Amino acid sequence: MLQGLNLGIDFAGGTKLMVKFSQEVASEDIREVLSEYNLGRSTIQASENNHFIIRTPILTEQESTQALNALRENLGDMEILSSESVGSVVSAELQEKAIIALLIATILMVVYITIRFELSFALSAIAALFHDILIALSIFSIFQIEINISFVAAILTIIGYSINDTIVIFDRIRENLEFRQKETLSDLVNKSIHQSLVRSIFTSLTSVAVLLALLIFGGDTTRVFALAMIIGFVSGTYSSICIASPLWLELKKRWFINDRKKGKKVNPAPSR
Amino acid sequence: MVKHANTFKLLLIILLVAAISFFSYPPLINSLNLGLDLRGGVHIVLGAIETEDAKVTDEVMEQLMMVMRQRVDELGVSEPYIQREGDKRLIVELAGIDNPEEAVQIIGKTASLEFQLADGTVILHGGDLETAQARMDQYTQSPQVNLKFKPEGARIFAQVTGELANSYPPQDPRRHIAILLDGEVLTNPHVNEAIPDGQAVISGGFNEFTEAANLAALLRAGALPVDVEILEKRLVGPQLGLDSIEKSKKAIAIGITFIILFMLVVYRLNGLAANISLVLYGVILLALVSGIKVTLTLPGIAGLLLSVGMAVDANIIIYERIKEELRDKKSIRAAVDAGFRRATLTILDANITTLIGAFVLYFFGAGMIRGFAVTLTLGILTSMFTSLIFSRILLRTAVKIKIFQNTRYFGV
Repeated sequence: MLQGLNLGIDFAGGTKLMVKFSQEVASEDIREVLSEYNLGRSTIQASENNHFIIRTPILTEQESTQALNALRENLGDMEILSSESVGSVVSAELQEKAIIALLIATILMVVYITIRFELSFALSAIAALFHDILIALSIFSIFQIEINISFVAAILTIIGYSINDTIVIFDRIRENLEFRQKETLSDLVNKSIHQSLVRSIFTSLTSVAVLLALLIFGGDTTRVFALAMIIGFVSGTYSSICIASPLWLELKKRWFINDRKKGKKVNPAPSR
Repeated sequence: MVKHANTFKLLLIILLVAAISFFSYPPLINSLNLGLDLRGGVHIVLGAIETEDAKVTDEVMEQLMMVMRQRVDELGVSEPYIQREGDKRLIVELAGIDNPEEAVQIIGKTASLEFQLADGTVILHGGDLETAQARMDQYTQSPQVNLKFKPEGARIFAQVTGELANSYPPQDPRRHIAILLDGEVLTNPHVNEAIPDGQAVISGGFNEFTEAANLAALLRAGALPVDVEILEKRLVGPQLGLDSIEKSKKAIAIGITFIILFMLVVYRLNGLAANISLVLYGVILLALVSGIKVTLTLPGIAGLLLSVGMAVDANIIIYERIKEELRDKKSIRAAVDAGFRRATLTILDANITTLIGAFVLYFFGAGMIRGFAVTLTLGILTSMFTSLIFSRILLRTAVKIKIFQNTRYFGV
């Protein structure tokens, strides 16, 4: 799956242009012109009103000016709405930074939860977290959506938020543990989930609604970001319920009680 | 006398919030410092190229920055941002310019000017120039650049032109002085006679006056002390910037409307309190963003929007708690108190993790992504204030009033 990631220019280097032609132009026309400069394999995406998003490999300033002028000469008036170029040095750096950032954020989360709760909670939460990140990556990979730094920013926020949501439930579990009388551990977990269900769903609902507004009305530039976040939030909510809690239960049972066969059967490896 | 004290208190609070908001929203929104992707502009990272002959030292970088400043000045950009990054990099950010592409061309050019004889000997270069001016030639109506040498340069120029005029017959190919820019020949004029006044002209080869003007500006600022390459370039046209602002406004309006309606429908009285504190939240947040002079970018707006969603989350956690307490048959007042108390710790825990995420993002991110981290952080901190402290005051006061003492208002 990792090979299937569509890395954007931030991580792979290259140039991405958003242009608008004043007359009718088809993608093939653009490709024809670009082929003369050995850029025939560039990605060309069309949207309404003769807007195009063109992505080419790394070009020097000269090459890029040449290509742009050629497009103007052959296809008429062209307005450059936005342009981004990332060289190989910077893109390699960004890749590194992104991975380190993700690692550090995850480690900090583990530390924090271990301090506030205990290790078993931390491990379960991290498992749920990995699940969320994997889901986001998978969806982006399957649909070949470009991954840029905004995607990484979304992931980092999801990390924070997914843990957030998981904590809400764990908090409940901890509180119920204090007042526990005779119920089995799994019944207690069940009850905790029940109690937090409404809250969990509603809090995600408000954030997702806001993100949906951003997705639908916010324009191209924030689209990827909003989409990644929505996937993350939805996944984060249900993973807290369906993965983190049962996992914790399972961990606790293994450490404490050996003969309990009742309670939720759990899939330790997320099967998506 | 004091019978309706609580009602007054409540009305006073609401009135205050309304007044503060009414008077501060417009000026605050106007004072927002917009980033490149909203205003249009260009962000370039230049890397100095080190070669055998040209080592990149601190001095060289400082000089580079100075020349860059002058060039940017010539472009007439207000508030340019030029900073060094690391040993060999320079970040140049120009906002609100009409022709960002042109700006990039100007910035990246080394602009080293050379005057060469036919055999390749360099007699003078850009540093010998006193000034350069772009003019329209009256006779040919074509743009040209008038050069004036410094005294020493003028002397050499006079000497060389004199020698050439004397040594070679007219139309001899050696009787030319070529003017090269960054290694490419701009013009190669014939020397008619000795030129004593240290003035020269670059004419022909300019399609538009702006080309001549740009060259003159480059020459005035001076050549870059070292070659640079563009490592990263992000350019947003002003049209796209305006577009983005419009779209953001729409998204914000719709998002917030949904939240307000949702809270009212699901949580009724609590929801109303949440909405009122949301108004105050907006004012405080905008004031912070404006006061700290955070540059607002599109990701930044996304961060603001997200933090609004999270601000409401805190309220939801509290209210669900209150509902529970009410179901346990506690009195309304006790329920509200207990609700706030028990929820505070959960809210703190939850927010801290998101803050950790934002902090890492700020540390490792750059530019626009940092904007997102900052607004998200500010948003969360502000939301803790408004939901834990302000909503509490609001609700506590409200429940002391007889009219509101009905569990139906709380959605139970």
